[in-house]
Amino acid sequence: MSMFESLAIQIVEMLIVLLAAPLLTGFVRKVKARLLRKRGPPVLQPYRDLIKLTKKEAVIAESASWLFRVIPYLVFAATWVAAALVPTFGAGLMFSWSADMIAITALLGSARFFLALAGMDVGTSFGGIGSSREMMFATLAEPAMLMIVFTLALIAGSTQLSTVAAFMLSPAVGLRVSLGLAMVGLVIVAIAENARIPVDNPATHLELTMVHEAMVLEYSGRHLAMIELSAQLKLVLYVSMIACIFVPYGLAPPGAGPRELMIGAAAYFTKLAGAGALLALFETSVAKMRVFRAPDFIGVALMLGLLATLLRFVSREM
Amino acid sequence: MDRLYFDIAHLLAGGLVLTSFMLLYQDRLYALLNTYALQALVLALAVGWQAHIQHAAHLYITAAIAVIFKALVIPFALHRMVAQLGVHREVESVVSLVPTMLAGIALVALSMVVMLRVTEGADPLAREDLAFALSVILLGLLMMVTRSNAVSQVVGFMSLENGLILAAAAAKGMPLVVEISVAFSVLIALIVIGIFLFRIRERFDTVDLQALDDFRGERR
Repeated sequence: MSMFESLAIQIVEMLIVLLAAPLLTGFVRKVKARLLRKRGPPVLQPYRDLIKLTKKEAVIAESASWLFRVIPYLVFAATWVAAALVPTFGAGLMFSWSADMIAITALLGSARFFLALAGMDVGTSFGGIGSSREMMFATLAEPAMLMIVFTLALIAGSTQLSTVAAFMLSPAVGLRVSLGLAMVGLVIVAIAENARIPVDNPATHLELTMVHEAMVLEYSGRHLAMIELSAQLKLVLYVSMIACIFVPYGLAPPGAGPRELMIGAAAYFTKLAGAGALLALFETSVAKMRVFRAPDFIGVALMLGLLATLLRFVSREM
Repeated sequence: MDRLYFDIAHLLAGGLVLTSFMLLYQDRLYALLNTYALQALVLALAVGWQAHIQHAAHLYITAAIAVIFKALVIPFALHRMVAQLGVHREVESVVSLVPTMLAGIALVALSMVVMLRVTEGADPLAREDLAFALSVILLGLLMMVTRSNAVSQVVGFMSLENGLILAAAAAKGMPLVVEISVAFSVLIALIVIGIFLFRIRERFDTVDLQALDDFRGERR
């Protein structure tokens, strides 16, 4: 495949991820509202919110430093680059060869680091509490993520997402308990990282329980739009990553023709919709945990990651 | 096909280790008992699969014993006991959850290091099952150490016994006489422990074993 073609696919993929991000969030909200027998806002509401926010004036606290203004763009850029590395409908991504899952974890980690800095920058107590809680969760979620990456790397022989997806499609994958453990662990990490319900409630503004919202409480206008968009992008990123690793069916192989790419895109949107519906169902069926119980929940992901790696070592010894 | 046989055995034995961790994670007594029943069911599947691979008919009997006694009779009896004891249903643990989990992971790693070194050259299926069986045993011991409630200590003891059965099934099975006598000794242990539980409750109004330590004058 020519250089130009793969670059074009990469750009299309990045744009699709960016444009689909608010749609997925809107879809999840809609399904959730329907499950609660409410009508819910229209699916396109997140787009309108973003447009409205960009038109509004950005109010910045007097005590805020230059970091506070820069961080929304930094967070957005890190998240978007990370999202560009995840194969969505086609595996032959151009950027995918330059960075692997460890780089994605690092990008997301630095985005979180900057967001925590922004939370503490203004000096309000809410921002500080949000940052400290976010970091408390991150100390468990990030090692869990890395252990899962190691497990996948041990099984597939690579940390490249495209290679992992190709391996998962091949018959060599077999039946492995480690993969099941890694999947459950990755889902828990995704729930915790995206501040979804058992860990954090994305819709609440109740002081005692909010984590992510508390950090970004001081933002308004276009800065808030950037932060919301990167949170939505992160959700799409995790869904795409789980879909690409564990259900890579329909993923167009590198150098595929337009027909395979179309099939890949259709499969991708089906997966997004399925994952969104499952997320909404899960969120309506569980209650939010107390903040200090959440580490137990995320600790399970770490435990599963470690266990998966250990079990993998045993079967590799044979 | 050999690869698939091995993978399924690996899956079931790994599932047994996972249910041991689930036992450690539970914080309600009834949920603990249900998880124990689940573990017994997974054990029965693992033993049944070993019977299928090894063409050893008597292992099917082991699997049947596991289902009938461990997945049905014992959890049911323990359910009734907890109901009659009228204890409150939280599991009090001496050590909090995350350190327990980390200790459990360390024990699993330890048993793998030990078993894989010791059994070098043996049949891969047996090696792997022995490693997992040792981890289940150690996790059962860990559970008995970290819990102060007598009922959850009993469950820890029973899950330890599940590990023994897995080890026996992997090592080409044990004679049927031994099998049945082990099953019945576990049942008798359950009865004895049940009587003990009621005696402890009568004497101290609780099944928290820290009361025993306090009674002996051992202050922590």
